Amino acid sequence: MRLFQDASYAFIQQRKRAYVISAIVLLVGIGAMAYNVATLGSWANYGVDFLGGSLVQVRFDGEMTAGELRDALGGAQSPPITRFGGEGAAEFVIRAPLDEDASITEVADGVEATLRANLPGRNFEVVRTELVGAKVGGELQQKALMAVLFSFLLTLAYLAVRFELRFGLAAVIATAHDILITLGFLALFRVEIALPTVAAILTILGYSLNDTIVVFDRIRENMNAKGARKTDPVALVNQSINETLPRTVLTSGTTLAVLVALLVLGGAVIRDFTLVLILGILIGTYSSIFVASPALIEIQKRWGVGGVSEKKPRPEPATV
Amino acid sequence: MFNSVRSRLIIVALVVVTAVWQLYSHKTRTGEWLKLGLDLQGGMHLVLEVDDPDGTMTAEARSDMIDRVDRIIRTRIDEFGVEEPLIQKVGGERLIVELAGIDDEDQAKGIVQRNAFLEFKLVLPTIDFEQALSRIDRAVVTSLGVDSIRALGRDVAGQEGDDLTDLLFGTDPAAATDSMTAVSDSAAAAAAAAADSAEAEANALRPFSSLLAFGDIEGAFLVAAEDRPIAEMFLAMPEVERAFPRDQIVLWGADLVSQAARNYYRLYVLEEDSFLTGEELEDATAGRDPQFNQSQVQFQLSRAGGRQFARFSGAHVGDFLAIVLDNEVMSAPVIRDRIGARGQIDMGQGTPLEEARDLALVLRAGALPARINIVEERTVGPSLGQDSIDQGSLAGLVGIVLVVFIMILYYRVAGLIAVGALAVYVTLVLGGLAGMNATLTVPGIAGLILSIGMAVDANVLIFERIREELAKGRVTRSAVDDGFEHALSAIVDANITTLITALILFQFGTGPVRGFAVTLSIGIVASFFSALFVTRSFFLAYLSGRKASDPISI
Repeated sequence: MRLFQDASYAFIQQRKRAYVISAIVLLVGIGAMAYNVATLGSWANYGVDFLGGSLVQVRFDGEMTAGELRDALGGAQSPPITRFGGEGAAEFVIRAPLDEDASITEVADGVEATLRANLPGRNFEVVRTELVGAKVGGELQQKALMAVLFSFLLTLAYLAVRFELRFGLAAVIATAHDILITLGFLALFRVEIALPTVAAILTILGYSLNDTIVVFDRIRENMNAKGARKTDPVALVNQSINETLPRTVLTSGTTLAVLVALLVLGGAVIRDFTLVLILGILIGTYSSIFVASPALIEIQKRWGVGGVSEKKPRPEPATV
Repeated sequence: MFNSVRSRLIIVALVVVTAVWQLYSHKTRTGEWLKLGLDLQGGMHLVLEVDDPDGTMTAEARSDMIDRVDRIIRTRIDEFGVEEPLIQKVGGERLIVELAGIDDEDQAKGIVQRNAFLEFKLVLPTIDFEQALSRIDRAVVTSLGVDSIRALGRDVAGQEGDDLTDLLFGTDPAAATDSMTAVSDSAAAAAAAAADSAEAEANALRPFSSLLAFGDIEGAFLVAAEDRPIAEMFLAMPEVERAFPRDQIVLWGADLVSQAARNYYRLYVLEEDSFLTGEELEDATAGRDPQFNQSQVQFQLSRAGGRQFARFSGAHVGDFLAIVLDNEVMSAPVIRDRIGARGQIDMGQGTPLEEARDLALVLRAGALPARINIVEERTVGPSLGQDSIDQGSLAGLVGIVLVVFIMILYYRVAGLIAVGALAVYVTLVLGGLAGMNATLTVPGIAGLILSIGMAVDANVLIFERIREELAKGRVTRSAVDDGFEHALSAIVDANITTLITALILFQFGTGPVRGFAVTLSIGIVASFFSALFVTRSFFLAYLSGRKASDPISI
């Protein structure tokens, strides 16, 4: 079986259209972040891990509705409740805010005691609790930011050494594009940001880079081939993307197949995590073709090689 | 050529066998194929911090506090009944405690937060206690019954504690009550006769004293490590406690003692009232006496404590002094002289400084109990963990089947080779996780599944390249060689950038995220080997029977 053999799509010529699409998606995401800042007080729905607070997950024997549970926890004063797992599952996540003075363990104990008192005769099991002090939450937030920044810098440095600086720059632009869109998506759907979400974002970073590197590797190879000097850079990049297209489709396809299996069968604990990964892989594949490669062309046009008057400078060594 | 293919396949086989062996030895060592994270097997993760609301303590003081808490929790760890507890100091000011598979969270939290209690007690000669032994044995026999003791006596050695409990409480409890009622009911002659014989037999049984051996030091018995659970059970019975000599108690020593290839615990006989508690202790530091080449612990008592200590030590020169933390005897040095507010404990010649440091830490821990706060707590019930395992394995299995299906459909024989390499890859990752004793978490499973995607990618890169070369009209053999060669740089770069990400995640992550990073790192290394070496070896084996120009199925 062969897919996209000898393809010759004019990807780079379509880049203006791709810019518009990316811009719209980015704007929607940034708009959602701004809206969240106005309504939630922060750009995304930070979970217990980052804000501090408590999460108590209870599993009931038999039927239980969110309304009944809310009444048991004090009706209007009830902390936010979300159903865990699909519709009909008698399992709920209760998120109670932190009291200033009380020790964090009192909050969760309080929730459990209230439930036992107000739902006599109902059997339930506390299957998970997460309690994070406000200070720890702040630190985790900082650490996550540091993790993303550092991997950004290190991969840029690596690419600058392995390729040339312009490749590194183009790759970073594409990766930043991917991460921004992912964050925008998280903001738009108010997906809860927990520690595994950060892991997912970093994985996307890795995957998106992986995809970009494969295309860049081919561009580099074609550039070094005989007679490449005379070829139009746009045609050369296009050729490279088309040559790697079968691989791009197949790898994305198999990875997506695995992730969809994880999404459908993997259970509620990792659903958000998997969703972020699927999204990231779609964006990463798109961006390596429509963002990274055009960015390389743009960089080359503006500062790059092949000018009429100037002598062709040697590629900058890594100076990151 | 054949030789080289064969040696390649032998290397692959060796690596696979090593991985399987790692898994197997992990299984025999711990009873599990892989170590499961708290989110998979259920358990409790606590982060403790020193309570310092005014921020008046120095970083050093906080760090010392954490060391003491660490020491105390380690001595209490038996109470948790946890196989492999993780207690880890992080950043100098925090302590992470991870307890897998505990049932009672509140009890665990209580044990962690309870204040340490340090006391000094006098070690007594065992003579009085030896005379009380027959009384104690009888008390055990009357309250448990002859039958269950005999059942126990036959199998004292080599039985697990749990089984013994089952044995004791599982056997007919009527045995004990029978003999009791028989004694009170004097009208029934037959019953009385039975009671007499029971009594005679009971006297012959020595359930408790048979567990004791004479100690290596005066004032302590030795109990074989495997007998300790039974002895503890006997000692916990109120009837036994009543049979003790007046004002005497027994407490366990903290350290194992080796004698004649067997491990023993000391059972110290002590004066019930302690003559000094940790409140009177102000400081303790470890040091070294260069002249006699021995480690020492210097301690400083309060003024009142010093007076008390002087009076006591003056009266007991030559006796042993037990340092007791949370009802466990940490050390029992001999009193050489009258000691005032400043004292010194010599650890004996050639003792490493570590032991002195540890004892000083014990003293400080009990001297000023640290107030600690739980700043982070995560618990996962075992049922949720089991769900995650079930769902994760099902999803992983389906995912792998999908990949196998796609690869074989798309690449035919070459796809089959990739699947073979993938099988090697999965074995390597699992073996690597077991070999490094890494913990598998929920995000770890996701990382594992994701890295399968990465491993496939490397194969795809190679195969696409071979196809391209073949399309250019190259001879099969050189197309394959070129395919591997050209795909190499992309594979290397892609793997290294992902490895960078994984290492950073490991550096900044905690708990589950770290698990993800470890799994991902192992996955990347394994995928590297699998794609470049294993796939190539299989390919060479596939090509070996053919001419260089024969077509291949790819």
